[in-house]
Amino acid sequence: MAVRERLSGNEAVAYAIKQIEPDVMPAFPITPSTEIPQYVASYIANGEMDTEFIPVESEHSAMSATLGACAAGARALTATSSCGMALMWEELYVAASDRLPIVMALVNRALSGPININADHSDSMGARDSGWIQIYAESNQEVYDNFLQAFPIAEHKDVMLPVMICQDGFITSHGVENILLVETDSVKEFVGERNPEHYLLNAKEPMAVGPYAVSNYYMETKRGQREAMKNARKVILEVADRFEKMTGRRYGFFEEYCLEDAEYAIVIIGSAAGTCKAAVDKIRKETGKKVGLLKIRIFRPFPEEEIAAALAHVKAIAVLDRSEMFAATGGPLGAEVQAALYRAKAGADVVNYFYGLGGRDITVEDFEQVYGKLEKLSSEHEITDMYEYIGLRKE
Amino acid sequence: MDNTIEIRWHGRGGQGAKTAALLLADVAFKTGKYVQGFPEYGPERMGAPITAYNRISEAPVTIHSNIYYPDLVAVVDDSLLESIDVTHGLKKEGALIINTEKKKEEILPLLGGFQGAVYTLDAKAISIKALGKNYPNSPMLAAVVAVSGVMDQKDFLREMQASFAHKFAKKPEVIDGNMRALELAFAEVAR
Repeated sequence: MAVRERLSGNEAVAYAIKQIEPDVMPAFPITPSTEIPQYVASYIANGEMDTEFIPVESEHSAMSATLGACAAGARALTATSSCGMALMWEELYVAASDRLPIVMALVNRALSGPININADHSDSMGARDSGWIQIYAESNQEVYDNFLQAFPIAEHKDVMLPVMICQDGFITSHGVENILLVETDSVKEFVGERNPEHYLLNAKEPMAVGPYAVSNYYMETKRGQREAMKNARKVILEVADRFEKMTGRRYGFFEEYCLEDAEYAIVIIGSAAGTCKAAVDKIRKETGKKVGLLKIRIFRPFPEEEIAAALAHVKAIAVLDRSEMFAATGGPLGAEVQAALYRAKAGADVVNYFYGLGGRDITVEDFEQVYGKLEKLSSEHEITDMYEYIGLRKE
Repeated sequence: MDNTIEIRWHGRGGQGAKTAALLLADVAFKTGKYVQGFPEYGPERMGAPITAYNRISEAPVTIHSNIYYPDLVAVVDDSLLESIDVTHGLKKEGALIINTEKKKEEILPLLGGFQGAVYTLDAKAISIKALGKNYPNSPMLAAVVAVSGVMDQKDFLREMQASFAHKFAKKPEVIDGNMRALELAFAEVAR
């Protein structure tokens, strides 16, 4: 039986953490972190869950302590945001290369500067090469559901990689929405116990974690991570199938919204996908034009072939990025989607726009304009604004 | 979107406009609606203008943008009228609710020619009468419920009683005063 509730995205993730009840949660308790550690600390103080909470003095230490706990054999997670994750940078790579199945609740917010606290994907997109699985959400429901699926993916013996569960800062993290919660007994059964194959506190099997690897071994370690990331594709779908059996809610690498017969498509990540859906509904209802949406859920590993196949029939595509990468061309999602289309020899016209940097709002009308541009693009085949900022102030 | 009510709240940091928006989402949720309640964050400091929003609907709402064409605007502090165009985008057939000690005739010239319904409420006086302190957000919340008709007033009062009982579990002496503030606001909000 699902429990009907209304929660903010932060509350939803904190509640998922309470239901999962990991062994250890090291976290930095104040800004730039979020309310998530605060809520979890309250649950623990109230005796509602039995997790060792370690309030650390910095985010660097938060990830270091999470690494240590996970290597020791515990189920460990942490939560952070924005510059907090930037301070974890060194350890992010260590977590992945040591093959530690850590879960991180990440609230996506802009990196400084200028100083800004609002929604933006520059934190996690900057960490896209760190070796973490990245799962994004449109709504509070999705970030909760993704969080419940994180440990079964991370701890699978063929994967053993850390997982980042991302949601858009303030838009979902501080926004209250309706949500269906899974009963705690079902969550516990779904997530199960961690049974590590190798762990530091196993006296029968002395081992080292994270030793120096000279050039004779470093590359093979990376190759191992890469294979694990490839394996994660299968495991992500298996876990999603199991989740669907429990809740009826279906998840995959991405969501296709009115895409099957679409001539013009937007590819996007995160909460703005919901706004885009409203634009799709409006355009289809008012004009009958065939517009659609592909919303990325899994960015790492990148579902290249599946994305290309889903977009194969589309005439024109706008890929929308919520972070700059200063290639002075496009953004990270744009680059990868275009590479996917190129390898699949897809013929669509593609543009790559930036939106929502530092929390800049994007509206239904903005999406309508993008679809309008795509229609024009596909009739004229002349791309004059390949990389554009949406909603820029007009001087 | 046709059956969605969109509400924009203007207040100053510390006055509880965000809390009022979240409380409204709360009670609307309890009466079976799909809800959104969310603040727009700027610099967090006491007294700075803040904006908060609600969407309340019979059907799930996927839109995650701010609200630019609200059905209802609630102004928790009338000093904002001088610096912010609170009627911006407000639908002609929509309504504006202003917390003010002033007469409506004094307020109207500050509204940029807004043609729709304007309601005023002295939420400060109500709060002081009912609670002994100036917490304008409870009376404003009741005024929004009364004007929007988003839910039955009796259902609202019943759910608020339960919310206050939970929120003020450690100081139950303020529950009756808060309920009284809601009832007074229902009676006094005037067009």
